[in-house]
Amino acid sequence: MLQIRIHGRGGQGVVTAAEMLSVAAFEQGRHAQAFPSFGSERTGAPVVAFCRISEREIRLREPIVEPDVLIVQDRTLLHQVDVFQGLKPDGWVLINTRRSFDELGLADIGARFRRERMTTVPASEIARKHLGRPLPNAVLLGGFAALAGMVTLDAVVHAIRDTFSGALADQNAAAATEAYDYVQNEIRELAHAQAD
Amino acid sequence: MLKQIEGSRAVAEAVALSRPEVICAYPISPQTHIVEGLGELVKSGALQPCEFINVESEFAAMSVAIGASAAGARAYTATASQGLLFMAEAVYNASGLGLPIVMTVANRAIGAPINIWNDHSDSMSQRDCGWIQLFAAHNQEALDLHIQAFKLAEELSMPVMVCMDGFILTHAVERVDMPTQAQVDAFLPPYEPRQVLDPAEPVSIGAMVGPEAFMEVRYLAHAKQLMALERIPQIAAEFAERFGRTTGGLVRPYRTEDAETIVVALGSVLGTLKDAVDEMRDTGARIGVLGIHSFRPFPLAAVREALQHAKRIVVLEKSFSVGLGGVVSTDVRLALHRLGQAGYTVVAGLGGRAITKASLTRVLNEAMQDKLEPLTFLDLDWRIVNRQLERERAVRRSGPIAENLLRDLGTVASKVS
Repeated sequence: MLQIRIHGRGGQGVVTAAEMLSVAAFEQGRHAQAFPSFGSERTGAPVVAFCRISEREIRLREPIVEPDVLIVQDRTLLHQVDVFQGLKPDGWVLINTRRSFDELGLADIGARFRRERMTTVPASEIARKHLGRPLPNAVLLGGFAALAGMVTLDAVVHAIRDTFSGALADQNAAAATEAYDYVQNEIRELAHAQAD
Repeated sequence: MLKQIEGSRAVAEAVALSRPEVICAYPISPQTHIVEGLGELVKSGALQPCEFINVESEFAAMSVAIGASAAGARAYTATASQGLLFMAEAVYNASGLGLPIVMTVANRAIGAPINIWNDHSDSMSQRDCGWIQLFAAHNQEALDLHIQAFKLAEELSMPVMVCMDGFILTHAVERVDMPTQAQVDAFLPPYEPRQVLDPAEPVSIGAMVGPEAFMEVRYLAHAKQLMALERIPQIAAEFAERFGRTTGGLVRPYRTEDAETIVVALGSVLGTLKDAVDEMRDTGARIGVLGIHSFRPFPLAAVREALQHAKRIVVLEKSFSVGLGGVVSTDVRLALHRLGQAGYTVVAGLGGRAITKASLTRVLNEAMQDKLEPLTFLDLDWRIVNRQLERERAVRRSGPIAENLLRDLGTVASKVS
């Protein structure tokens, strides 16, 4: 079973992101469970949502404390919340920021975990370009598809079209596709850097 | 048809497939998404004929449901927590009058301190109200139980509460198999009332009854619940035959065949519990689970049959009778009269405290070594409890408890889970 934890702020579509991810997994014939963590759903407050993906029925109902994947929708949370708490040693990390992972001052994190599985994508900027608004949630899912390969870009786009309609669906799908290409490129460069 | 949708949406669609004619809606978390979903289905014309009534309170919601049901309409509402308490007087009236209303309770704690999260305090507070109470373990069961509930309610002319864990189920997006309208229509016939307010054949409903017959009316309510003990498994079996899956029923055992220890629970915690038990079985532990799916009527005989060969019983419950201990445990103990087994109560998950597989495994291992206290509070933070007790010993004006504990804990907003 794959466990994904999404961190963001109220208003960034954290819960919707987890739900769309579960729909993408469902599209690929998997079992998936998405659920929010409640209590601080005010705009701007730190929010967490969860998604489990499995080949079998998911019975577990506890919050995800040892995620395989972290998606961070807001870089400023790094200073406020211990987002890396419980991350599995071989886990994946995707952070929404224009900066590179190494520029974030997370060298110790990069050393503790598998650096080649951690990257960044300027999701808010990509969203602003396509949607006119810095809504990073669907965009990051496109990046996630490229990072871990657990869901396909096609399934993510399908989930986006399941959630949004009309122009908003097209714009989010285009933004997710751009993020997919961006992250794929980042990973290629990381692999080259490690090979050197 | 398989769908990946929110639990609330799944229930809304299942209720719509059951063709309710009157829906009374008043918002309260975590139930709100259900009536919102139904509101959309009525407005779009997908559910018709149906009158969707926005009422001014939960008391009005149940009162309007009573009126609608007495007039011969299939009536539905949903609530939670303080909302259920606020409608309590009408809740008793609905069952006392024998009106087959179906209501979802999206289980949530009761204040004070105010708390929107899940536990079973709300529906447990109404366990003696005369309604049938069914508990869903997952969203597929929540969906299915609503369809079964209308059939059961109308056959017996008694109201049915379908309890599902607030947030944990209502807000979880997962896979459900949504039946077709034709399937539901074949399973659930149109409502044929036993009593109806009809100008063509005038009757009154709601007579005052004195000492001469009150006990008999109450006994008849009990007799109907005993009939429900027969009908609930039959309806579940008929449902399984038509829809191809087993949900509902009185109790459902899991890996209990040779179990020395059996954990009894209701609601969504059964999933985590089964995962914990599978892992413990892998290490050789003889442990199983008994899920209770009908809490009222309480299936004394079925519980006894399922538990009689175990050495020890652990009741894991999200409810708490202050000053006594377990609520479900008391009933389970009644079912085990004179069997002489060791009995433990584990109160867990109050006010949304996460029930983790790790904590369950730890407490169940203690139980299997008979090292557990008869009454245990899972993951209770003794540090802040003792600090408050000390504070109360030290000074008279120790201040409000909730505020003190939150201050002791410091900020919790930045916690990950």
